[in-house]
Amino acid sequence: MDVIILQLLNGLDKGSAYALIALGLTLIFGTLGVVNFAHGALFMIGAFCAVTLQKVLNISSEAIDPTKTDFLGNPLVVKTPYVVNWFGPETGALIIDWSVPLALLVAVPIMILVGFIMERGLIKHFYHRPHADQILVTFGLAIVMQELIKQGFGANAIPTGAPDAFKGSYDFGNLLGFDPNVIIYPYWRMIYFAFSAIVIGAVFAFLRFTTFGMVVRAGMADRETVGLLGINIDKRFTIMFGIAAAVAGIAGVMYAPINSPNYHMGMDFLVLSFVVVVVGGMGSLPGAVLAGFMLGILESFASMNEVKNIFPGIDQIIIYLTAIIILLVRPRGLMGKRGVMED
Amino acid sequence: MSILEVENIGKRFGGLKALDNVNLSIKEGTVHALIGPNGAGKSTLLNVLVGKLVPDTGSVMFDGQSVLGRAPHEINQMGISRVFQTPEIFGDLSVMENMMIPCFAKRDGSFRMHALERMMDEKQIVASAEEMLVEMNMIDKREMHAAAMSRGDKRRLEIGMCLAQQPRLLLLDEPTAGMARADTNNTIDLLRQISEERDITIVIIEHDMHVVFSLAQRITVLAQGTPLVEDTPDNIKGHPKVREAYLGETAV
Amino acid sequence: MLGLNKRDTSFLIIVILLTMFTPFLMQPFSEGSAMAQFNGGYPDLMAKVAIFGIFAMGFNILFGLTGYLSFGHAAFLGVGSYSAVWMFKLLTLNVFPAIILSVIVAGLFSLLIGYISLRRSGIYFSILTLAMAEMSYRLAYSVFTPLTNGETGLQLRPGDPRILDAADASRYPNLFGLELSTSYKLEVLNHVFTFNVGFYFCAVIAIIAFYLTLRIFRSPFGMMLRAVKSNQNRMSFTGLNPRPYTLAAFVISGMYAGLAGGLLAVMDPLAGAERMQWTVGGEVVIMTILGGAGTLLGPVLGAGAIKYLENIFSKINETVLHSWFSFMPDGMEDVVVSFFAFFTGKGWALTLGLMFMLVVTFLPGGLVEGGQRIWNKIRRKKPDTPNNNPAE
Repeated sequence: MDVIILQLLNGLDKGSAYALIALGLTLIFGTLGVVNFAHGALFMIGAFCAVTLQKVLNISSEAIDPTKTDFLGNPLVVKTPYVVNWFGPETGALIIDWSVPLALLVAVPIMILVGFIMERGLIKHFYHRPHADQILVTFGLAIVMQELIKQGFGANAIPTGAPDAFKGSYDFGNLLGFDPNVIIYPYWRMIYFAFSAIVIGAVFAFLRFTTFGMVVRAGMADRETVGLLGINIDKRFTIMFGIAAAVAGIAGVMYAPINSPNYHMGMDFLVLSFVVVVVGGMGSLPGAVLAGFMLGILESFASMNEVKNIFPGIDQIIIYLTAIIILLVRPRGLMGKRGVMED
Repeated sequence: MSILEVENIGKRFGGLKALDNVNLSIKEGTVHALIGPNGAGKSTLLNVLVGKLVPDTGSVMFDGQSVLGRAPHEINQMGISRVFQTPEIFGDLSVMENMMIPCFAKRDGSFRMHALERMMDEKQIVASAEEMLVEMNMIDKREMHAAAMSRGDKRRLEIGMCLAQQPRLLLLDEPTAGMARADTNNTIDLLRQISEERDITIVIIEHDMHVVFSLAQRITVLAQGTPLVEDTPDNIKGHPKVREAYLGETAV
Repeated sequence: MLGLNKRDTSFLIIVILLTMFTPFLMQPFSEGSAMAQFNGGYPDLMAKVAIFGIFAMGFNILFGLTGYLSFGHAAFLGVGSYSAVWMFKLLTLNVFPAIILSVIVAGLFSLLIGYISLRRSGIYFSILTLAMAEMSYRLAYSVFTPLTNGETGLQLRPGDPRILDAADASRYPNLFGLELSTSYKLEVLNHVFTFNVGFYFCAVIAIIAFYLTLRIFRSPFGMMLRAVKSNQNRMSFTGLNPRPYTLAAFVISGMYAGLAGGLLAVMDPLAGAERMQWTVGGEVVIMTILGGAGTLLGPVLGAGAIKYLENIFSKINETVLHSWFSFMPDGMEDVVVSFFAFFTGKGWALTLGLMFMLVVTFLPGGLVEGGQRIWNKIRRKKPDTPNNNPAE
């Protein structure tokens, strides 16, 4: 029982990431009808916003401390981050420590901007081209983004820490009456899950309760009719693209402490999140979220030794296997509409 | 003797009854028109006949065999061809290639892998495709890109492609929709000629009454998913029920 | 000749000549000259062009003719390599059994994957193939380690049984005793031309593959595949079930991929799972599109262009750039060098991605379409004459 709870919890944070990326993919697909292979790259860029902010906050002034020497006997160079100079040692250190959450503030405008540029500069020329062309051009864009990051930040993963306050783990075992230290779960992952839940809730609330969201949903259902009503749907769709990019971006920011960002994380997540979208049902937002969590948890259970002993290697392929089976027996996915993207 | 027997067909889309207890019998060798106001279920019925839709109830027998539950290509192989409302042709291929494909289908059945055979060795196919193009009066366009042709030409090509398979039943879904008068008259002449010269049964859906009364020997009027009347054109013309369905006039 | 009409025969002859003279054509600059770094006449590179040309040709039969976009063809490439290396280990280092097995195994594997994936079309098909390839890749790394040797990769060992080989037989892949690494060098007018057995072996196979592709393109089967792409609805209402046609195309393209994988193992008897990653399958997509999907020569041109440029671009590091721009004033030189360094050396993938985006956006017909446009401009011919044969 304790193992099951532990795996359930482990599945939640990966599931959260899948759900957030798949949500953005579905928004773009549902509104613009575009299959965006660069969506994983947006997630990666978000993560690198966190990396960059942490680096920027650590930019230091150098001063020579004449009273001390380093181990070679030279005068010691003391580095003090500018932030510390400006805000004093305590606030400064706190700001640096909290760089990942702070990166959200930076990432949202950046990602919205990236989304706008991408949609206006590239994607809009592909609305009337075949889906294959959309896949191809966004695939090319994903390569370009990935290589830019690789050149800027190098090929190695860059550890990006969560605030100290969240560094420990919580002992669920104690809480639920199991032995201590059986179910321990890092605080940051809890935060990630809660954060995803809030973002997902916010997106749904936005679509449901605002006029803007209503028009977008109407547009998702029947683009032509909405266009005929004289509503400028294109502009709203551009904004939607920005929002989807921002969702992917902040998912990336918050994911940075869980897995150190590297340049190929976008491609890694891309395949998975497409699988998630397909399992959930192309064009269905609740389906994307549901499938994201479901596959995250499934993957986590498959990596239990008890399961692996029976089906060796199942943890590696469970997601793909599920997707293949679902596509074959229920082509619409869990909650998809009939006939979407069949041709 | 009837070639197509439709019995008790019903089809619902959610709460909407698209077809309700449809019975229809088509005599071999005739031109039979289906008319009715928009939403009467004409196209749904056609889709049932060619296997695109599976009805909830009832049976469809073609020449004594059930067509229900078969894939569209199997139904086609039984001898039913269909011309669509918007011409469905192979736009990326040349006119000649468009015509060769049904000739291959006629000769080889569903699938044969002639991957290493030469097109020019298929003399018999080339000959019958050319013959059909001559009959359709478009042999001069044989090398043309099919997508680049006018709508009337596309329609003729599509009819020719269907005929090249020598079907026993030809279904036409508004063949003159969106055509100019001259083109419409040409199409009427072409269809009349086909029906007179070939051993073929034609079922036609049409809004243009000029076309219907020029061609049809029997007419079935559908309204709200059910056949109202079936009769000869002359009797249909003044039928009160028909006027009611079409014009909303109450019967006197 | 050979079942081709006059035009195609001369086309084939030109391709044969080009292939046979590749060691000259790719070595246009004299040794020691400043341009020598642009020479591409290394056996390794030339063989890679031929091999990836085969891979792309096969992919084109599926994507170019039927329009089904598969991201999973790397799996067949990988399976081909593994089969070939196993043949080397167990039976003989002669290359023929190895590549024959590669083709057969890849064919069977693609029959399985194609049968499943082709139940769906459009984007669903693409994602199914993507998932299948990724699954094969992960399985090759984990469960199938006894067959694939996991991360290390499958390689030849001195203790391999090789039951058909004599004890004193060659220890490297060979053509009935002639080792593929054997090269003859020819020095003329300060040019060094290398003629390598391995390259010519791959080249001959590539020509055979090209000939088969040509026949398929011109056959009724090829026409049916184009019909699938053009209008599946009309196809089934003409009594033809599209699925056997697409499956046949899928298997053929899988066999081409297996052949290419086998040849990779022939040139370098090592097979690793990374060859099966979906991004490798993405590379063949790029090659095909860049050259011109649906055209005969396009995929080969695309493979050649990408492999050649990859080789050249990777060699241009900052030192080379500095030597080029040394005529500039210092500050400017640095700026220019660091700008170009962005796209060369390790930045090659960036250039490739940009190139690919530009081609998809502005030149969907690839290099072949670009060439035709230029040709039409020169001849001042209106480009609206329909092209019934898929373009050369």
